[in-house]
Amino acid sequence: MNRRPNPETAAIAVTEPPLPTLAPPAAPARTSAQHMSFLAHARYVITDNPVTGIAFGMFLVIAFCAIFGPWIAPHDPLASNTGSALQAPSLRHWFGTDQLGRDILSRVIVATRLDLAIAVFSVALVFVLGGLSGVAAGFFGGWTDRIVGRVADTIMAFPLFVLAMGIVAALGNTVTNIVIATAIINFPLYVRVARAEANVRREAGFVQAARLSGNGEYRILLTQILPNVMPIMVVQMSLTMGYAILNAAGLSFIGLGVRPPTPEWGIMVAEGAAFIVSGEWWIAFFPGLALMLAVFCFNLLGDGLRDIVDPQRRT
Amino acid sequence: MTSAPILLDVQNLTVEFMTRRGVVRAVQQVNVSVAKGETVGIVGESGSGKSVTSYAVMRILDRAGRIAEGAITFSGIDVRDAPESEMRDLRGREISMIFQNPRAALNPIRKVGHQIEDVLIEHVQASPSDAREKAIEALRRVRIARPEERYHAYPFELSGGMCQRVVIALALACQPQLLIADEPTTGLDVTTQKAVMDLVVELTRERGMSTILITHDLGLAAAYCDKVVVMEKGKVVEAAPSRDIFKSPQHAYTRKLMRSTPRIGVDLRDLLPEDMPPPAAQVASIDAATDKAPLLVVSNLVKEYPRQGVSGMMAQFFRRKNELPQSDVFRAVDGISFEIRKGESVGLVGESGCGKSTTSMMVMRLLDPTGGMITFDGDDIGAIPAKEFAKLPKRKRIQMVFQDPTDSLNPRFTAVRAIADPIMRLSDIRGRAAVRARCEELAGQVGLPEDLLDRFSHQLSGGQKARVGIARAVALNPELVILDEPTAALDVSVQAVVLNLLQDLKASLGMSYLFVSHDLNVVRLLCDRVIVMRAGKIVEEGLTEEVMSDPKTGYTRELLAAIPHPPL
Repeated sequence: MNRRPNPETAAIAVTEPPLPTLAPPAAPARTSAQHMSFLAHARYVITDNPVTGIAFGMFLVIAFCAIFGPWIAPHDPLASNTGSALQAPSLRHWFGTDQLGRDILSRVIVATRLDLAIAVFSVALVFVLGGLSGVAAGFFGGWTDRIVGRVADTIMAFPLFVLAMGIVAALGNTVTNIVIATAIINFPLYVRVARAEANVRREAGFVQAARLSGNGEYRILLTQILPNVMPIMVVQMSLTMGYAILNAAGLSFIGLGVRPPTPEWGIMVAEGAAFIVSGEWWIAFFPGLALMLAVFCFNLLGDGLRDIVDPQRRT
Repeated sequence: MTSAPILLDVQNLTVEFMTRRGVVRAVQQVNVSVAKGETVGIVGESGSGKSVTSYAVMRILDRAGRIAEGAITFSGIDVRDAPESEMRDLRGREISMIFQNPRAALNPIRKVGHQIEDVLIEHVQASPSDAREKAIEALRRVRIARPEERYHAYPFELSGGMCQRVVIALALACQPQLLIADEPTTGLDVTTQKAVMDLVVELTRERGMSTILITHDLGLAAAYCDKVVVMEKGKVVEAAPSRDIFKSPQHAYTRKLMRSTPRIGVDLRDLLPEDMPPPAAQVASIDAATDKAPLLVVSNLVKEYPRQGVSGMMAQFFRRKNELPQSDVFRAVDGISFEIRKGESVGLVGESGCGKSTTSMMVMRLLDPTGGMITFDGDDIGAIPAKEFAKLPKRKRIQMVFQDPTDSLNPRFTAVRAIADPIMRLSDIRGRAAVRARCEELAGQVGLPEDLLDRFSHQLSGGQKARVGIARAVALNPELVILDEPTAALDVSVQAVVLNLLQDLKASLGMSYLFVSHDLNVVRLLCDRVIVMRAGKIVEEGLTEEVMSDPKTGYTRELLAAIPHPPL
């Protein structure tokens, strides 16, 4: 029973032009207020929800490491030096060294690129495939919906990580196949979101109007429905990005996908795990921390983006 | 009434909202008082602050809003400073509220009887043992037929009017002293509106309750209120007994509002404000139009929908023994025939569910008919499947203006892109500059300022969105335009301007209109002929003036009688 007034609509009295040929008197004031600059909007969002700001900052750091990693790493991530193996964190090696004497800080930084690339490519792949098939399923309904829906259900029926393992094992142990496997296990999530968003707009007035304008069904799907589904899909991308990183690291952890000595967070955690018992905790801890922060960052970013996209949260 | 004690007194109320763009004063210095047993109408257009005032009285403003100034006293209690626990007690038991959308106000997955019981038990009006009995009694009091059966109904099984009755039963269950009805009948049919309002007035009178009726409809306020408060942009511009306010309105805004309300014996041009010059081209081409050839002939049109879960094997198996087997199709449109001549405006009137929208969608070729013929300019277009029709050159000769201007514009498109869409797809105009020029020309025709063309739909007001929709519909110079309640979502003053615009466009572009509406008063202003539909069939058809002044069937008479008329 709580229908609350939306302050914006309740408060701004919309002045209607008395003459069809005259501009509304309120037009200039509204123009300046409504055409808010992008920066001002971003600042508003970040001050309203500082966590989004923090997440965005973390994202910039991660992106920086991914791009410039090899140049900013203090040591060669692959250079082993048995003389200084298994050293605890010190001023020289901030994160310590592993069993072959490699600098863990450098390896963590350099690994960012590979982990992020796997996540970005797999998410981009599933975004295109899952998004398009989901939108088509929601818009056309009928057989398209049934086929896409059943494919998604079939994928959902497996434990997703086991499915990813199976795909990589079957296709071969390469980075490309990790990307494909990660995309496939995320497919149902994208299909469902896109399908639901497209479905509610199927009979919307603007879709009918587009039919009257002589647009065919495929054209309506691409030019009318898709732009409206995009914002929520971008949020979905950010949320699944963390999951994709985790999945890639998980596969590497159990020995699928990326192979040593390539620096990769999952492998590093796997290698370090054996040494935790004997007290060398830093080998697994720091790559694990990097992994956790990256996943955390993308999840927070997704939440923040959802707030920005959701018009009901816009006041 | 003046001698009765004051129940609610609002003094100098100012409500502020903190928004992104600073503080907005939604309500400023408002004074309203409601005596015991009195019905007060708060009338205003959207954004006038009428709803915010009532939320302040209930103290249910959302977190961005606050009462900045003034005092609200409800039977001796200071509402502004009362503790939240006291307010919670007040709400529901002393002050009740009815909302605009009754379906949204009811829990969709709970039986209506149980929902009434919840309220009764919550406010200690009933014990679990006699709650059921009292709930049925409450349903009976709001004149719901067969209350014992309806007790078990879910909200989706009831019609809009029935749902509103249940909401009223909920609101009155605890015998409150004050009932606030916020647009209680918007979205309901006129006959349902009359039944619901009669019920509210009768019940409140019976119990000596006070009522605040918040509405945009002057006619409704005049018919049911003792006192009317007119609000504009957050301020009260006039407050007087309703008889005085309609006889001698003092404020210019009240006069403007009254002028633009469609009513009997008024011409379309009379709705415009006094200071507006009469349009240059007053073309009366009705006589010329009548002898022209028919543009659209609809004969024996039928649309059937399968009934869900009636014909299936499981449904057969589970059907109760004494239940009659239903026919497995539902006829939304049941064999109707009519024609529209060139340059003519025909109104298609009926209540919700009568099949008027289905008919218009079929004529529009967005929906395939089950049977019958739709002949447009000599060709049977009904035989062409809707999906193929979109790409035919004939598409541009039949266009439509949609009911909800917001819903019919893609939120990701600018106004100019919405108008340009049909031009780029179906006309010979090619090239960015040429299309833009045509859009600007159209914007000029519908009175949309050019600088608004690059705005997105959420940056436009309701009236401006309606203009964009009209510009898009006339962009291809169509011969037939279907108007599906084009003004239903607009304020009356905007409606007056839009109706006049449609009339001018029709005259200057030589179009025919099929005007679909539930409001006979609006249809009368624009249409030469009117068709009244009920349950998929045409019950009456004739020249507008004849149907309005001398209705032949009981149903049309009932429709006409249900329209509230301001005493002007």
